[in-house]
Amino acid sequence: MDTVNKKVKLATIWLAGCSGCHMSFLDLDEWLFELAKFADIVYSPVASDIKDYPEDVDVCLVEGAVANEENLELLYKVRQRTKFVISFGDCAVTANVPAMRNMLGSSEPVLKRCYLELGDKTAQLPHEPGIVPELLDRVRPIHELVEIDLFIPGCPPSAPRIQAAIEPLLKGERPVMEGRSMIKFG
Amino acid sequence: MSVVTLKINDIDVAAEAGKTVLDAAREAGIRIPTLCHLDGVSDVGACRLCLIEIKGIPKLLPACVTEVSEGMEVTTHTPQLDEYRRMTVEMLFSEGNHVCAVCVANENCELQDVAIEVGMDHSRFTYRFPERGVDISHPQFGIDHNRCILCTRCVRVCDEIEGAHVWDVAGRGAAAKVVTGLNQPWGDVEACTACGKCVDACPTGSIFRKGSTASELDRDRGKLEFLVKAREENQWTR
Ligand code: SF4
Ligand code: SF4
Ligand code: SF4
Ligand code: FES
Repeated sequence: MDTVNKKVKLATIWLAGCSGCHMSFLDLDEWLFELAKFADIVYSPVASDIKDYPEDVDVCLVEGAVANEENLELLYKVRQRTKFVISFGDCAVTANVPAMRNMLGSSEPVLKRCYLELGDKTAQLPHEPGIVPELLDRVRPIHELVEIDLFIPGCPPSAPRIQAAIEPLLKGERPVMEGRSMIKFG
Repeated sequence: MSVVTLKINDIDVAAEAGKTVLDAAREAGIRIPTLCHLDGVSDVGACRLCLIEIKGIPKLLPACVTEVSEGMEVTTHTPQLDEYRRMTVEMLFSEGNHVCAVCVANENCELQDVAIEVGMDHSRFTYRFPERGVDISHPQFGIDHNRCILCTRCVRVCDEIEGAHVWDVAGRGAAAKVVTGLNQPWGDVEACTACGKCVDACPTGSIFRKGSTASELDRDRGKLEFLVKAREENQWTR
């Protein structure tokens, strides 16, 4: 990354995750001011109000697994428009808790349970193409779908782990992802 | 006692004949990652994490079931061995359903520890998400097959230390699983003395004490070691 002359264009996205990784990112507290000196947030559910993922993004943190069609579309777009994509947190890296429905075989048993069996008077399966994204039959970690440049495991990764992973990137260096403090799952 | 001399990673090591390469390496202060090995019970070479190179032998051998011999030249760490070890751990994760975030053994898990040791930040193998069961019919314990890595430590500890032989492995390939009794619900197996040695032996969160919540599983491996040592040295009082 060319960081000498210009600020890094940083994005974050949130697929099938609980937002915990983003909360952990906000836990960086005053280091966020430090980060702001080197990076412009160009897209993020927690730090900007931009609706469309921009072109020419330098780094993107991807929280969450791919569970529905919208997740899939956004992930492909992000990969196309981003130089360095980071798989951020266990849901992105392993599919984690969202993938626990995979053991049931498809999305159908989950939908039936939530919307029919536990539904009140107007029990019905959600089906509104173009408005409500369809669930995919299998929840998948993002690296099974697109190429990933860095993995930051953890559920969620702690703020110090996030900082230790991002700080070197701002200087154009690769972080060392080794040892319990950097790569423990869970 | 006859002694053989060998080289491990170019270090001269003397070991008692009949000992395993794993034992010899440990005595020499060389760490080889293991999962199915458990001090005090027999070794079976199931997990393949301890694979080593021996000069003159074209295939890799598991250190836990390979006996030392005179003049042997052993290498425990090469880029290739390290890569195979990492692949083995990745396969263990992709093969079962390991959701560490909601696991009783999170933070206290040998599989997690080994993943860190081999530098695994993700699995390059496609996750299988197999459909597997949980048995909580035992009044005190439970077994969650989603987290079982088939190391058979429970099988061996129950058979060789407790003498109850409650556990066994049934099925083949992807269908293999540990069973209690003759594939009965654990709670129905009269042979089980509810001693909890299998709980202490399990490296993962598969066998747990009921009522433990995420990250709460705490095993007493010292108890197993104490029992084995007491039996070997006939010290029956603590
Ligand atoms: S057994 Fe270990 S590796 Fe498997 S889910 Fe539990 S903590 Fe994670
Ligand atoms: S509790 Fe003891 S007897 Fe029962 S299965 Fe476990 S090791 Fe065997
Ligand atoms: S239940 Fe635990 S000790 Fe038994 S084979 Fe599975 S992982 Fe190993
Ligand atoms: S410890 Fe040797 S094969 Fe498992």
